[in-house]
Amino acid sequence: MRLEKRAQVSQAMLWGSPILAVLLTLVAGALLFVVMGYDPFASLRAFFVSPINSTYGLSELAVKASPLVLIATGLAVGFRAGVWNIGAEGQLTLGAIAGGGVALLFWGMEGPWILPLMCLAAIGGGMAWAAIPAFLRVRLGVSEILVSLMLAYVALLLLSALVYGPWKNPEAFNFPETRVFSDSALLPIILPGTRLHLGVAVTVVVVLLAWFFMTRTLFGYQVRVVGAAPAAARYAGFSRDRMVWISLLASGGLAGLAGLFEVAGPVGGQLLPTISPGYGFTAIIVAFLGRLNPLGILLAGLVVALSYLGGENAQIEVGLPQAVTGVFQGMLLFFLLATDVLVRYRVRFGAPRLAGA
Amino acid sequence: MKLSRRHLLGTAAAGSALAALPAASARAQSPLKVGFVYVGPKGDNGWSFRHDVARLAVEEALGDKVETRYVENVPEGPDAERVIRQLAATGQGLIYTTSFGFMNPTLKVAKQFPDVKFEHATGYVTTPNVAVYNARFYEGRSVIGTMAAMMSKKGVAGYIGSVPIPEVVMGIDAFTLAAQKVNPDFRTVVVWVNSWHDPGKEADAAKALFDQGVDIIAQHTDSAAPLQVAEQRGLYGFGQAADQSAFAPEGQLTAIVDNWGPYYIKRTQEVIDGTWETHDVWYGLKEGMVSLAPYGPAVPPDVAAAADKVKAGIIDGSYQPFGGPIMDQSGAKRVAEGETIPDGDLLKLDWYVKGVQA
Repeated sequence: MRLEKRAQVSQAMLWGSPILAVLLTLVAGALLFVVMGYDPFASLRAFFVSPINSTYGLSELAVKASPLVLIATGLAVGFRAGVWNIGAEGQLTLGAIAGGGVALLFWGMEGPWILPLMCLAAIGGGMAWAAIPAFLRVRLGVSEILVSLMLAYVALLLLSALVYGPWKNPEAFNFPETRVFSDSALLPIILPGTRLHLGVAVTVVVVLLAWFFMTRTLFGYQVRVVGAAPAAARYAGFSRDRMVWISLLASGGLAGLAGLFEVAGPVGGQLLPTISPGYGFTAIIVAFLGRLNPLGILLAGLVVALSYLGGENAQIEVGLPQAVTGVFQGMLLFFLLATDVLVRYRVRFGAPRLAGA
Repeated sequence: MKLSRRHLLGTAAAGSALAALPAASARAQSPLKVGFVYVGPKGDNGWSFRHDVARLAVEEALGDKVETRYVENVPEGPDAERVIRQLAATGQGLIYTTSFGFMNPTLKVAKQFPDVKFEHATGYVTTPNVAVYNARFYEGRSVIGTMAAMMSKKGVAGYIGSVPIPEVVMGIDAFTLAAQKVNPDFRTVVVWVNSWHDPGKEADAAKALFDQGVDIIAQHTDSAAPLQVAEQRGLYGFGQAADQSAFAPEGQLTAIVDNWGPYYIKRTQEVIDGTWETHDVWYGLKEGMVSLAPYGPAVPPDVAAAADKVKAGIIDGSYQPFGGPIMDQSGAKRVAEGETIPDGDLLKLDWYVKGVQA
């Protein structure tokens, strides 16, 4: 048995395969539930329907998806250009530190200028952290994959050092948390009674802008050429180094912004030793699930966020173990990759036929 | 909301008792739904496992008067608020949030659901419908510190720390102080893993400590991985939160075991009866919230006897885990002879005693 490249890849199937993958996951998931002795329909409903059958549920979905989408949108630029930023978690953390640092600096003060300043600091923080692998890659040819990944752990330790050390809230009985930011340093809630914050709206705007830049401008074209055909890009005079810088700075800046949106939003306006349950890493999956296309990423982010919400809800409603969430996400990726391969290749049985035979 | 340390609380309870009365009669027919939020997987064989054992004890004891459900592996942070809220919104009348980092989410949700009772482990804020409970784990650490000093040939223990919050700091100090009562030169070397449950990192820390020459380890992390390393090397350690002797039949000398069951049964029954009131409790060996696992085969009779003596002394009050004189790392005297560290100071402890290398 072997794989043979298809001469023509169906465009419809290219877009259809993620949907097919979701459907296959649902079917396989239902079978899994039956084998485990749970009612498959009740389980699937608890997993995919009841978490979002209310306004509050939908708002939570958006809140959970927002950081994933924002980070993945930035990462996709680099991934298209063949620049592999694996350390968005670190850039997110630095963004939270820089933006949160501004909030703490002006603690006790109010003013409409605080939040924008925090956002700028967060973008700058994320960019600065991403600039390290960019510099090392361009100047010394060091793999940005390794550097960005290792720096993620450095960033987390830096955050711990600050929260356990100089930034610790003096009134919190030596527990690791900073003071709670002033009201002006918190993201406004768009929908009263929920946690839907301004950052979610910003994410949607960023997605639309990214879509425009990637598909409708020369810059987007350059990114795609550099990734798809490096030799042709060189010939056309597109600078590979410039692309490394742009990709890492863009993804770092957006990850930093996502970090700030977490601490000034759902985290509740303070820095804690852990501010992200691995959004920077999960966003890599979201980026690929979304076909590296900003609009696709928006959908993918919602699907992945739903799998988290569903996992929690299935534990509450049906008593499914938490591991099922991981199995579901694993199956989704498996089916996506499988359908992807089959869209691009066909399976042939038997030995390859000789030419002319 | 009332910011209180232990025993400062008093007035907040009255309102909640009144509010609970009508709710209790309405619930008389249908079972009380009780939710549990765990920070780790319930199969961690440590912290979350012991909370789940207690949940099952509640089911066992109260039968069809309760219906329990749990959510495991909930990260401390924004996700916790959603999980707790979801539990409250789906009809739970009582919710146990079993990690310090769930404090702010618990308080936020509790405000939106004034009729639901919340029990938050190891926090420090109580409100009319949020009670706080914690265990004096450090009492167990006095016992294992005594054993470590008697068993160690080198006079130095390795200590795998999770995160340097007061809870962990006081454990390290209690362990070292008890050991120094046996061997005044005893030292404790701490390695931080920055996580409560990370078997890989915990095992690495244990290996690093043994490689540095310590011959006995203690831990304030939740997996049995360090004990497994001890077992492989023919050395000794102490289990954390649960009896972990299954992972290290020879290597575990004893374990500090958390017993949440009796407390959970009592508090759940109180909600059913409508007599639940908020409070802030800190129970130890005396109340049975902390206990020690049976001694391992490697523990000689004199060590077992000394350990039993410390345990009995803590229970009857004759042994003070933090009795002076106590010097800090710099050698300055922090607690005078005949004095002890009051609870209020213990709960915000941020200094190590002499002999701790952290």
